[in-house]
Amino acid sequence: MRKHITCTVCPLSCDVVLELGKDGEILSLTGNKCKRGEVYASKEHTAPERTLTSIVRVKGGVLPVLPVRTSRPIPKDKLKEGMLEVAKVNTQAPITMGDVIVEDFLHLGVDLVATRDLETAN
Amino acid sequence: MKKLQVDVAVIGGGPAGLAAALAAQEAGAGKVLIIERNTELGGILQQCIHHGFGLHRFKDELTGPEYAQRFINLVRETNIEILLETMVLEVTSQRRIYAVNSKEGMLEIEAKAVVLAMGCRERTRGALGIPGTRPAGVFSAGAAQRYVNIDGYMPGKRAVILGSGDIGLIMARRFTLEGAKVEAVVEVMPYAAGLTRNVVQCLEDFDIPLYLQSTVIEIHGAKRLEAVTIAQVDANWNPIVGTERIIECDTLLLSVGLVPENELSVQAGVTLDPITGGPVVDHAMMTNIPGIFACGNVLHVHDLVDNVSRESERAGSYAGRYALGQNGSAPRKIKIQAGENIRYVVPHEVSASEPVEFFMRVQRPETDVVLDVGGLRRINKVSVRPSEMLEVKLTPEQLQNLEGDTLVMQVVPKEGERRDA
Repeated sequence: MRKHITCTVCPLSCDVVLELGKDGEILSLTGNKCKRGEVYASKEHTAPERTLTSIVRVKGGVLPVLPVRTSRPIPKDKLKEGMLEVAKVNTQAPITMGDVIVEDFLHLGVDLVATRDLETAN
Repeated sequence: MKKLQVDVAVIGGGPAGLAAALAAQEAGAGKVLIIERNTELGGILQQCIHHGFGLHRFKDELTGPEYAQRFINLVRETNIEILLETMVLEVTSQRRIYAVNSKEGMLEIEAKAVVLAMGCRERTRGALGIPGTRPAGVFSAGAAQRYVNIDGYMPGKRAVILGSGDIGLIMARRFTLEGAKVEAVVEVMPYAAGLTRNVVQCLEDFDIPLYLQSTVIEIHGAKRLEAVTIAQVDANWNPIVGTERIIECDTLLLSVGLVPENELSVQAGVTLDPITGGPVVDHAMMTNIPGIFACGNVLHVHDLVDNVSRESERAGSYAGRYALGQNGSAPRKIKIQAGENIRYVVPHEVSASEPVEFFMRVQRPETDVVLDVGGLRRINKVSVRPSEMLEVKLTPEQLQNLEGDTLVMQVVPKEGERRDA
């Protein structure tokens, strides 16, 4: 079986072609112009990850919502579950960038952290 | 009327203004003032909550608010003054600024140097002239981004996005993650306008269809948007009869280009480049009006904030030196000309005795080409695309080697390969 993965490491956007065995194992990997493309494409094939960014509700702040991110990328198939979890969060101003809003998010060993300061409203 | 005197006044507190103000102070300007119309600093970055910013600058993938916060924190450590919720009404060619806010009323600010950093705004439905009714539910992508990420509410449940610019692609993912259905992204060109990584991570990840060489030809609905008609277009962007298709939706997002916001610049007598929509500048990012500088999206629309910061530091630094009276000698001037497959180059004129960094865009995608910098440098490029800005630096030593007073920037085939072969 053949699979195409567009490398997103740099703007070249190489079309990496993976030849796969019957259990999905990578037999060959071509089309990438550098080593980073190989690393990216094999990771993307075996265990794709994404950083989840969203907003959570915040009380007492100058804005009604606070932008957050996962401290590290999480498995791509956990994005939806992550959004449902994010929707449950209610936090309180003031906030400093980097504050942990949810520890051990989805038991994935990553934290949900604030991506900006948010002062309290007067 | 309250009167202020400053060394450098920076108009706009987004990424360009923040970097320019910091650099002006670093260059020795004693009194630097940022004038911002919003309630806070950071500009558009505050609503760009996705990550991917700062790869060049910080060697880290930051979100927009994180990138802004780092600069805001740096500004807070200085004595740079900040006027928030203050709208600049006029800038004169003598660098006198008239501004207004609800606490102090009218302000008159005399500046030894002015940095224009007002950014850009989105092209709207009016600029496209899409036929149909005028229901609620048609938004520019950036406006929708603000509703979702700053104000905290969703403006719709079922969306079509016209234009594949980066904001449109980012909003396709954002709407999907927030539970809305994105029916389609529609792009008139034969290729996506945004960065490839956004096409992959925002559309392909969520199986959102991208229709190329297609456009929205009619908007339906009385009070609220009910549907749009899309159709394929020919080489002249005319809809092809028989390809029409109705897509039901309650929201249409427009991601169809950004326009530098130069009303103030024009008032001050600043000459604009008709291609970029921004001021014509020299190596110091100075406009034709002495002491008035420009940087960031008000100068030309960027795709990476890292480049905005670098360009703005140059503008701020020269503005700071100008305010101190360090204007340098009258050097040999070199005009920059956009040649083969180059749409524009900034800056437009340089000095033979100062280092310079050029930013430019190509007119059309090409592969395996050479960027020829006036014969002074030849840089191999595996691919060039209009959506990805090119950068190149020249040293005074390299500039000295130029014959004549015009430098032609062009994209040419590799040695030994003829374009017409």
